[in-house]
Amino acid sequence: MSGLSALSLSFVIMFYAAAAVFIFGLAAKVYGYAVTPAPLKIPTTPAPATSGGVALRMASEIFLFSSLFKGNKWTWIGGYAFHVTFALVIFRHLRYFLQPVPEIVSLAGPPGVWAGVLLAGAAGYLFVRRIAVDRVKYISSGADYFALILIGSIAATGLIMKFLLRADVASVKSFMMGIVTFSPVNMPADAMFIVHLLLVMALMVYFPFSKLVHMGGIFFSPTRNQVDDCREHRHVNPWAA
Amino acid sequence: MGELLGKYRSLKVFLDICVKCGACADKCHYYLGTGDPNNMPVARQELMRKVYRKHFTPAGKLFPGLSRAEDLTEDVMEQWYRYYHQCSQCRRCSVFCPYGIDTAEISMAAREIMDSVGIGQKYCNEILGKVNSIGNNLGINKAALGNTLEFVEEDVKETTGVDVRYPLDEKGAEVLLIAPSADFFSEPHIQGFTGYGKVFHEAGVSWTVSSYASEFANFGMFIGNYGVMQKVARRIKDAALDLGVKRIVVGECGHAWRVAYSFWNTLIGPFDFLDPKHRNPTHICEYSLDLIKRGGLKLDKSANDSLTVTFHDSCNVARGSRMGDMPGGQFEVPRDLIKAMCNNYVEMNEDTIKEVTYCCGGGGGLLTDELMDLRVKGVLPRANALHDVMQNKGVNTMATICAICKAQFTKVLPYYGIPMETVASVHQLVSNAIVLGGKKGV
Repeated sequence: MSGLSALSLSFVIMFYAAAAVFIFGLAAKVYGYAVTPAPLKIPTTPAPATSGGVALRMASEIFLFSSLFKGNKWTWIGGYAFHVTFALVIFRHLRYFLQPVPEIVSLAGPPGVWAGVLLAGAAGYLFVRRIAVDRVKYISSGADYFALILIGSIAATGLIMKFLLRADVASVKSFMMGIVTFSPVNMPADAMFIVHLLLVMALMVYFPFSKLVHMGGIFFSPTRNQVDDCREHRHVNPWAA
Repeated sequence: MGELLGKYRSLKVFLDICVKCGACADKCHYYLGTGDPNNMPVARQELMRKVYRKHFTPAGKLFPGLSRAEDLTEDVMEQWYRYYHQCSQCRRCSVFCPYGIDTAEISMAAREIMDSVGIGQKYCNEILGKVNSIGNNLGINKAALGNTLEFVEEDVKETTGVDVRYPLDEKGAEVLLIAPSADFFSEPHIQGFTGYGKVFHEAGVSWTVSSYASEFANFGMFIGNYGVMQKVARRIKDAALDLGVKRIVVGECGHAWRVAYSFWNTLIGPFDFLDPKHRNPTHICEYSLDLIKRGGLKLDKSANDSLTVTFHDSCNVARGSRMGDMPGGQFEVPRDLIKAMCNNYVEMNEDTIKEVTYCCGGGGGLLTDELMDLRVKGVLPRANALHDVMQNKGVNTMATICAICKAQFTKVLPYYGIPMETVASVHQLVSNAIVLGGKKGV
């Protein structure tokens, strides 16, 4: 790591630390869910009677947000746009971590940029919704605003680098490649990039300790992931067997 | 709370992953009826989450102010008592939640925590006392139960001229019938009970009621205690073993069907001592409909011609259990049965039935006079939907398959100008339409 500036060195260390918190924090949460027993069968019925059916049900929750769609169309529109565009933006960012860049990632480049615009817009929409709808305002707290502001700011700083203060993509890429190959190089002296990276690291650290763990938790929701076969198969409660 | 978090994955996951999207907010009948923002499911959950954050999350420990984290002080406990007893555990919110978060799981855990420090709810605990000492929630002793069954026999003889038996504690009977004890006691419940007996009579099957386990309802679920729920359920298994029956058929009760269908196998199973040919337990609606499909009942639909019927899906049946072999059978089986009994059937607004049915407002251990104001407000969405079909479609009867629904509706619908006679048991319609002596032994 010789030849790294103090600034670059501290960012490299922070990035590894943030990534570790994100990965191990989320893994610890998921592990906690996995080892906690589900004593009784509590699927929200009508529920599928086969595990294939449950897989379909989970898929429609994860890819279509089907329950939310039933619940509130306006929230669904905002929430769905937010998640899909976020996923696309993250996918597009693989171009900074992979060499050579796979064709599919290159193809996602241009739509990824527009997804970034939509992501910022969706974050704004969801934020306004939290303030403007009385019912939602009542249930919103600092944590809810913070998550939206954080992700919205990440999108905004990214867009600024794309459209206004263009970043030197080549040096950004070499910096990120240095990190993922564990042979770090100096980071580009680009204030907007530094802010962008700081916000992303903040998100990674915040993630496992916040409501954002819904990303892992949804797979363990007993009302959605259980098979409705109570009479056919005896479900055993491990702590009362 | 730490202990419960280690025992219930539902609680652990649900406390973490709510994003407060608000999809549930306007789905609770108590919120719609009272307008109290703390009755939004997400806000009700928040009462527990703020204590959870204080003790189980780094943000809550480090910055309790920023993250709205609080200790379980007496004030907070008072709010818990108030709002966790304004949840009927009907699970309507869980249908709309993108993560399937079920407020019932949270209010059960809250009640369990309150019970553990001696802040129990009088109504549920008195009832549990009675079921453990006498065998049913209403405290009907064996002699009174026998009298009731005799009375029903005489009544059927008088009205139909046929001897239909309503046996008690008969060893060696094929079927053990477990009914909610309200079926021995109240109107319109007892009309439904009369119907069960006629169905068994026509099927030519021997059956019996047990005086030891004369209760289908299981308030252990309402107080959220696994052990109590298991103990109450155990009486039924013991009675079945003692009487040597081949199958268990259960009567019209919503939460009890959830306990029986979804939990019995875990709590008191396996049921390998019963005849594996049958689904165990069998719901009386499944039993009657099967019999009709096999040509085992002779019916005269015109006996119900004065009625225009609608059906109220009971919350615990709709969202916590199933009938028949297909997902959603709990919607089709009772409807098919009703339609086989009458010529005039009408559905209420589709936003108020089946999967998204509204609770009657009296479930979850709230069916007590102390909470009458809440019960009247909680029935509002159902009362509106019913009123609509009464005005526009000529409905004069709302059939349902839950003892709590029946008791709640007959008491609170009159506040909305709907006569209590509107409420009916599904097997009351069966009882009306059956032509006794029509067929035997199919």
